[in-house]
Amino acid sequence: MTSKGLPSFPMTRRHALAGLAAGTATLAMPGLLRAQGETIRIGFPTPLTGPYAAEAKDQVRSAELAVKLVNDKGGIGGRKVELFVRDDKMNAGEAATRTLELIEKEKVHAVVGSLSSAVQLAINEVTRARGVIFVSISQSDTINEVKDFSRVTFHEALNPHMTTAAVARHTFKPGMRIAYLAADYAFGHEILRGFKRAQAAIGAESVGEILHPIGAPDYSTFMPRLRAMKPDILCICNFGRDQANSIKQAVDFGLNKQAKIVVPVLLYTQRLGIGGEAYEGVIGGANYYWKLQDTLASARAFNEAYRAAYKGAYPTDYGAYGFTGVSSLLLAMEKAGGTDTDKVVAALEALTYDVAKGPQHYRKCDHQSVQSVLVLESKAKADTPDEADPFRILAVEPASEDILRSCTELGFPS
Amino acid sequence: MDAELIAMQLFSGVALGAILVMVALGLSIIFGMLGVVNFAHGALFMVGAYAGLYVATLTGSFWWGLLVAPLAVGAFGMLIERVLIRPLYGRSIDDPLLLTFGLGYVLVETVRILFGNEGMPFPTPPELAGVADLGIGYFPIYRLFVVGVVAVILLLLWLGLEKTRFGLIVRAGARDPQIMRVLGVDVARVWLMVFGLGVGLTALGGVLAAPMRSVDPEMGTLVLAEAFVVTVIGGMGSLVGAIVAGLLIGIAISMTALFAPEMATIVMFALMALVLLIRPQGLFGKPGRA
Repeated sequence: MTSKGLPSFPMTRRHALAGLAAGTATLAMPGLLRAQGETIRIGFPTPLTGPYAAEAKDQVRSAELAVKLVNDKGGIGGRKVELFVRDDKMNAGEAATRTLELIEKEKVHAVVGSLSSAVQLAINEVTRARGVIFVSISQSDTINEVKDFSRVTFHEALNPHMTTAAVARHTFKPGMRIAYLAADYAFGHEILRGFKRAQAAIGAESVGEILHPIGAPDYSTFMPRLRAMKPDILCICNFGRDQANSIKQAVDFGLNKQAKIVVPVLLYTQRLGIGGEAYEGVIGGANYYWKLQDTLASARAFNEAYRAAYKGAYPTDYGAYGFTGVSSLLLAMEKAGGTDTDKVVAALEALTYDVAKGPQHYRKCDHQSVQSVLVLESKAKADTPDEADPFRILAVEPASEDILRSCTELGFPS
Repeated sequence: MDAELIAMQLFSGVALGAILVMVALGLSIIFGMLGVVNFAHGALFMVGAYAGLYVATLTGSFWWGLLVAPLAVGAFGMLIERVLIRPLYGRSIDDPLLLTFGLGYVLVETVRILFGNEGMPFPTPPELAGVADLGIGYFPIYRLFVVGVVAVILLLLWLGLEKTRFGLIVRAGARDPQIMRVLGVDVARVWLMVFGLGVGLTALGGVLAAPMRSVDPEMGTLVLAEAFVVTVIGGMGSLVGAIVAGLLIGIAISMTALFAPEMATIVMFALMALVLLIRPQGLFGKPGRA
C-alpha cells in the first residue's frame, strides 16, 4: 500500500539501525545510568500559585541556594545535585499527583517542600507509601504524631505547638482576655489548639474564637464581633496573604487601638508587602530572621550567600526552611555517602547541623527538628530606617526538647 | 447580643454587598442585553484592580487610578466584544461562554507573567485612611467611601438608562433587538457600548476593592462565583435584581458571620438553592429568560 494522501515519512535503513542501536544501548546500560556520575535528584513541591505564593517563592530561592552551594563544592561524592520544583497549587490532590510524578517519572531520591499543613500530609502519604525520604518544611503537629509517623519522614519546620508556646510565653499574661481569629483548616486549628493550651497554662482567659475560610479576601464581617469581645490580645491564626489582609482590615477597623495583635508566625514577606503601618506592634514567632547574624556566624554566612545570589535581598523566615531543610538532607547524604534510603535516614537521625540558625537535630522518636524559636515584634515606621530590618527580636527560645510535646504524649512507646 | 453590634453587622454587610453589586451589575447588564454569560468577568475585575494600582503608582495618586482604570479596562472590554465576541452572536449560548471562560484564564496568566504570582499591596489612600465613629460603632472611612461611590454610580446608571436617548435604545434593545434593527438602530454599536459599560463597572469594583484586600491574580475567582450567585438570586439580566440581591448577599454573609462564622461562605449558596427551588427565574427575573 502506498501512502496516498498521507504525509510520507522517509524511514531509511540507516535511521532504523541508528534507532535500534540507541535502544539497545539504553536497555543494556541501566546500571551505568544510575551509577556514579548520576545526579542526585530532589523533588520540591510548593504552592507557587495561591495565597502563599510569596513565601513559596522564597522557599524555592533558598532551596536552590542550598543546592548551588553544594554543587559549587563539587557535589556529593562527585555527584551533582538537582532540584525539581513543582507547583502544588496548595491543593492536596495536586500535591499528591505531582509528588507521585516526581517519584515515578523524575526518579527523585528524596522530596523536600510543601507549605500547608494539610497539603504536606498528602505528600507524606505518597512518600511514606513509596519509601521515599520526605523533609517537610511546613508547620504541622499531626505529622509528629504516631499515626502519621513514617520512618522516612522528617519535619524541619517548627510545629504549631512549639511556636505558640514560645509566642504565648512572651505575650500572654495571667488574667488577659484573648480573642482568636483562625483560618478554618489544619494549620489554623492546630495553632488555635496550641495557643489555648498555653493560654490555660498561663492563666489567661479566652473571650471567643472565630474561624474564617482559608484564602478569604474580606474579614470586615468578623470585626464588629471581635471588637465587642473587648480583648486585650487579638490572636490572628492564619498565614500568607490571609495574614496581611486580616491584619490590615483589623487595623482599618481600629482594633489595634484596643488590643495587641499577636500572630503565630510573623511573616517578613507580608510585612514588607503591606507596609509598616498595619503591622506596627504586631508580635509573632519565627524560625529565622536575618538579624540573627549579629550573634550567629551560620546566619551571617547564610545571609551573605543569599545576598550574593539574589541581588542583595535578605533571606526570609519561610525561605530559610527551604535552605535548612535541603541542607540537612544533603549533609546526611554526604555522611551516608550517597542516596541509599536506609543510610540517609540513619544519618539524618544522627545529624547535628547548624546551617543558619544555631544547632538543630532531628528528635529520634518523631523526627521533629529541635531548634530555636524566635519571638519578633514589628517596629513602628519611624523606628525602621532600614526597610529590610522591620522586626525587633524580643526573645530567642533556645533549641530544646522541653518546648515540644513529649514522645509519650505523641503516642510513641517510651 | 446588643443592638449596636447587630446594627454594625448590618452596615458591614451593606459595605460588603456594595462591591458585589458593582460586579453583578456588569454581569447582569451584559447577559440581559447581549445574552452573553461572561465568564471572564472575574478576571476583568482583577485586571481593573491591577490597572488601578498601575495608574496610581505611575501618577502617585489613587484618584487617577480610580478614574482611569475603569475607563481603560472598559475600552479593553469593547475591544474584546468587537474582536472576539461579535463573531459568535447568533450561535448557541455556549460559544461565548466557552470563549470568555478561556479568556479569563488567559488574562490571569498574563497578569502572572507581568506582575508575578504573589500579588501586591494596594495602600489605602491617605485621605481616606482611619476610622469614623458612626455612633453605633467604628467603621473604616474607606469602606464608607466605597458605599458612597457605588451609590453615586447606581444613581448615574439609573439616570442614564431612564432619562437619556441611549438608555431608551438600550432598554428597547434588550426587549427586542429585531425590531430595533428594523427601526434603523445600529444594534451592534449599542451592544459594543453595553459590553464596555459592563466591563467598566466590574473594573471599578476591582479598583474599589483593592485597598481593602490588596491585589493578586486570583482575586477575581471568588468574586465571579459570588457575582453569579447574586445574578441568579436577583434574576439573570435584571438590574434591580443585581442591586437588591448584592446587598442581600452582603447582609446575609455578615449576619451569618455574627452567629455562625463557619457558615458565612455557604449561606449565599444555600440562599441561591432556595431561590432556584421556589422562584427559578430569580427574585426580579422574567420567566424563561435564563
